[in-house]
Amino acid sequence: MTALNKKLLRDLWRMRGQLLTVALVVACGIATYVTMRGSYESIANAQREYYSKYHFADVFATLKRAPNSLEPSIAAIPGVSSVQTRIVVEVTLDVPGLQEPALGRLVSIPEHGTPSLNDLCIRRGRYIEPGRRDEVLASEAFANANRLDVGATIGAVINGRWEPLRIVGIALSPEYVYEIRGAEVFPDNKRFGVFWMSREALGPAFNMEGGFNDISLALSPGGSEAEVLSRLDNLLEPYGGLGAYGRIDQVSNRFLSDEIVQDRITGIFIPTIFLAVAAFLIHVVLSRLVHTQRNAIGLLKAFGFSNASVGLHYLGFALAAVLLGTLLGVPLGIWLGRGLSQLYQDFFRFPELRFVPTLSMIVSVVAISGGAACFGALSALRSVAALPPAEAMQPEAPARFRPGIAERLGLQRFVPLSARMILRNLERRPWKAMLSTLGLALAGAILIVGFYFYDAIEHLVRVEFQTAAREDVGITFNEPLGSSARYSVERLPGVFRAEPFRVVAARLRFEHRSRRVGILGLADDRDMRRIVDRDFHVVDLPPNGIVLSASLSKILGVSPGDTLTIEVLEGERPVRPMIVAGTVEDLIGTSAYMDIHALNRLMREGETISGAYLSVDTLVAPKLYSFLKQTPAVSGVNVREAMLQSFRDTIARSLGISTGALIAFACVIAFGIVYNGALIALSERAHELVSLRVLGFTHTEIGWMLLGEQAILAGVSIPMGFLLGYGICGLLVYSMQSELYRMPLVISSRTYAFACITVTLASVLSGLLISQKLRKLDLIAVLKARE
Amino acid sequence: MPDPVFHVRKVSKVYHMGDVEVHALRGVDLDLFPGEFVVLLGPSGSGKSTLLNILGGLDVPTSGEVYYLDHNLTAAESAELTRYRREHVGFVFQFYNLIPSLTALENTALVTEIAENPLDSHECLRLVGLEERLNHFPAQMSGGEQQRVAIARAIAKRPEVLLCDEPTGALDCPTGRLVLEVLDRVNRELGTITVVITHNVVIADMADRVIRISSGEIIDIHRNEKKVAPSELTW
Repeated sequence: MTALNKKLLRDLWRMRGQLLTVALVVACGIATYVTMRGSYESIANAQREYYSKYHFADVFATLKRAPNSLEPSIAAIPGVSSVQTRIVVEVTLDVPGLQEPALGRLVSIPEHGTPSLNDLCIRRGRYIEPGRRDEVLASEAFANANRLDVGATIGAVINGRWEPLRIVGIALSPEYVYEIRGAEVFPDNKRFGVFWMSREALGPAFNMEGGFNDISLALSPGGSEAEVLSRLDNLLEPYGGLGAYGRIDQVSNRFLSDEIVQDRITGIFIPTIFLAVAAFLIHVVLSRLVHTQRNAIGLLKAFGFSNASVGLHYLGFALAAVLLGTLLGVPLGIWLGRGLSQLYQDFFRFPELRFVPTLSMIVSVVAISGGAACFGALSALRSVAALPPAEAMQPEAPARFRPGIAERLGLQRFVPLSARMILRNLERRPWKAMLSTLGLALAGAILIVGFYFYDAIEHLVRVEFQTAAREDVGITFNEPLGSSARYSVERLPGVFRAEPFRVVAARLRFEHRSRRVGILGLADDRDMRRIVDRDFHVVDLPPNGIVLSASLSKILGVSPGDTLTIEVLEGERPVRPMIVAGTVEDLIGTSAYMDIHALNRLMREGETISGAYLSVDTLVAPKLYSFLKQTPAVSGVNVREAMLQSFRDTIARSLGISTGALIAFACVIAFGIVYNGALIALSERAHELVSLRVLGFTHTEIGWMLLGEQAILAGVSIPMGFLLGYGICGLLVYSMQSELYRMPLVISSRTYAFACITVTLASVLSGLLISQKLRKLDLIAVLKARE
Repeated sequence: MPDPVFHVRKVSKVYHMGDVEVHALRGVDLDLFPGEFVVLLGPSGSGKSTLLNILGGLDVPTSGEVYYLDHNLTAAESAELTRYRREHVGFVFQFYNLIPSLTALENTALVTEIAENPLDSHECLRLVGLEERLNHFPAQMSGGEQQRVAIARAIAKRPEVLLCDEPTGALDCPTGRLVLEVLDRVNRELGTITVVITHNVVIADMADRVIRISSGEIIDIHRNEKKVAPSELTW
């Protein structure tokens, strides 16, 4: 080993505290990158492989009923490579151990062979056997949530009769990677499940023998999706087609793809912050190192070492920090990534979702961090090169100071001397002060971003589950019923009040833009289900016209006052113009609302309802649930409190880990910046502080003079962090908004308080460590040393 | 003979530098009296700085006794020594050790903030001849000027003792003379016991007493019958 390398190693050991804090920040950057980028790549790969291996369809459509004889005409549409017709129905389930009824989606599969599209991955058990009509495959999410395994039996209302369904296998399908019902946003795997069942069993039970009500297509390479969609719609229209759609509108795929896009965005955002802070810290530490070692640099250069070799010697510090950061960050990132993949499994079901960090990813993150470190080291290295040896060996001239702002404004008499010292130190190197503040502010901002997700979810819950939806239970009928059904429902056990609603599948069209939606007709005397915007304002529903989610109005390009066309996709399929009465800035989905009577008029039907929202006596609820399980006319039951609970459970678990990691990382940043800042200030000012100790100042007094500067930086950084955090949340909200949901930009005072306290604690902790060092300063030794 | 202010008996100091024991002081006996100007002469490593540090409460002896009036400095705790320095001692160093971010006036005023009965900072700077440089920062002043600010700072809290460690060591002769004149003036006008460490024998001529120290022992104490004015010193 060369002498220069030995010197490097010893310097590194001497500066191990600083080296470690910088390395930890680098490690956080690398770990977040490995975790986030790795998750993104893993999930994107898993999606690609799953879709291709299990033949996920390209085009989907549902309809009322069409004869099997239509299949050849569909297959003949140019661009279609394969067709799979199915029967898909939803039924009420009685699940062992579950009080309230659950909703099951029964999907037909061939008795012989496997589905040609949307094939199933059997996780446990086996495929159904021909001729065994009671055998089903259950979706894994539902089975796990209800602790059902192969061999279990559940009850289902099939064609008005209770039928036992025997689970012979647990399966996954690329169609239900994200398994949610209807227009929900978050999964409730306990109360909604998908079951695959023999077509021969389903057909007769639902009057679908020789027919189908659902179709999936695969496109041939180069086939035009738009063209296929339009031709398919034409073919299905006479059979009650509800409008064909491509993968992009397929619910599960849409959620999954949105998630992948979001992962990519956050996977760039967060690591960038860490690496920027790491570069800054390296800059600060290395500049100081070069400063304190001017003599040694002069000496080395005087001996004939080149600028490059001396520069490389000092660059060694930056590279050591990156090396150490890599050694810590890569395993940490892989560990976190594995944890995150486990969490993903709760939401997204893949046959295999393995977190596989690719070598290229690791090489690239190490290269990026190395680059950031070199960038941080740049100016220090430049000053090494610029230092002539003779000058370097001379002691440095005293630092130049000038009167601070307070004095220039004539306010000095109000500023104590110790404060003047602090202010002038800050003013002498404004860039350093600004960057330190920015770094600390970033730590605060990361904390805010971490906690923000809780706030957003809480706000969403309050808007959607507590202000808009206030019913205890929502029930949906098998078929629309006359409005008198409302009164029958009110007579059910435990029901205080029933509020009817009507849902109609329709396509809204404005100019060349169109969208398939379910128009929700609400009662005029509604009290349980209301239309509420993101600020909790209840929006009026006029007797005529349609009210749209603002996101839907944007998609269609309509404003209040415009007239759009409603093409109803069921019943008589009327096509009517309708005035847009208003829009609502809501948070979930793309909704369309009408007064229930206006909707009945549009449908040219009498007073008809699709279901009702109920307020229920909770004591009698079990009785109501068991009654509803036995009621064939009711196909779906939603229990608001149960949904909310399941929502909170899933979200809390997933946010717990990611927020925990972010908070830990933010603490590392805050600590790293304050600790390094104070340590450097200590080394720069040891002389003056010791001379003050000699003059009789106490440890505490000089402690304040030294740490006051860091305290001011931390103090200024806190409001700045608030602003920055708000800004980053705003950017996240903007980049993550989708048709499915919009995150509300609300940050609670609790979040601000947490961020503030955490940054303060990290600062105080590093302050305490520094004041320990201050106590250990050897007065005589420092005074003897010239610098 | 008045009572001594400092009473030093059999003071020894041993430093442990790794495995090596360094005997910096070996059984020193010394008394210092009110208003004295004392020069401690000796080569590098003779132990004069160690003695000064012990007198100033920066260090404690390994054995022996040190009294400042009735304060026993021998076994004082760090906080006690801090209070002693704060209330009674002014220091001047070879390399000034001013606060670079404070002006001359502020460097002086800083000390008055912790003193019970300080001098006026302007007055102190006038005493060292720097009334024209009140608002200059250390980086804007010559070495001699900086040292004079250091003296003004040291006397601002009206100390009973002024301890100076090679105060002219980094200065040329004319500038050094100027600094010595200031020390002499402070000693005369304020009656502060002044102890100056130097290896410059010329300076000894301005002292009331000259103490020679070598290898940790006092080898000679000599009283000047006739003190030379600092302005007449040359080296």
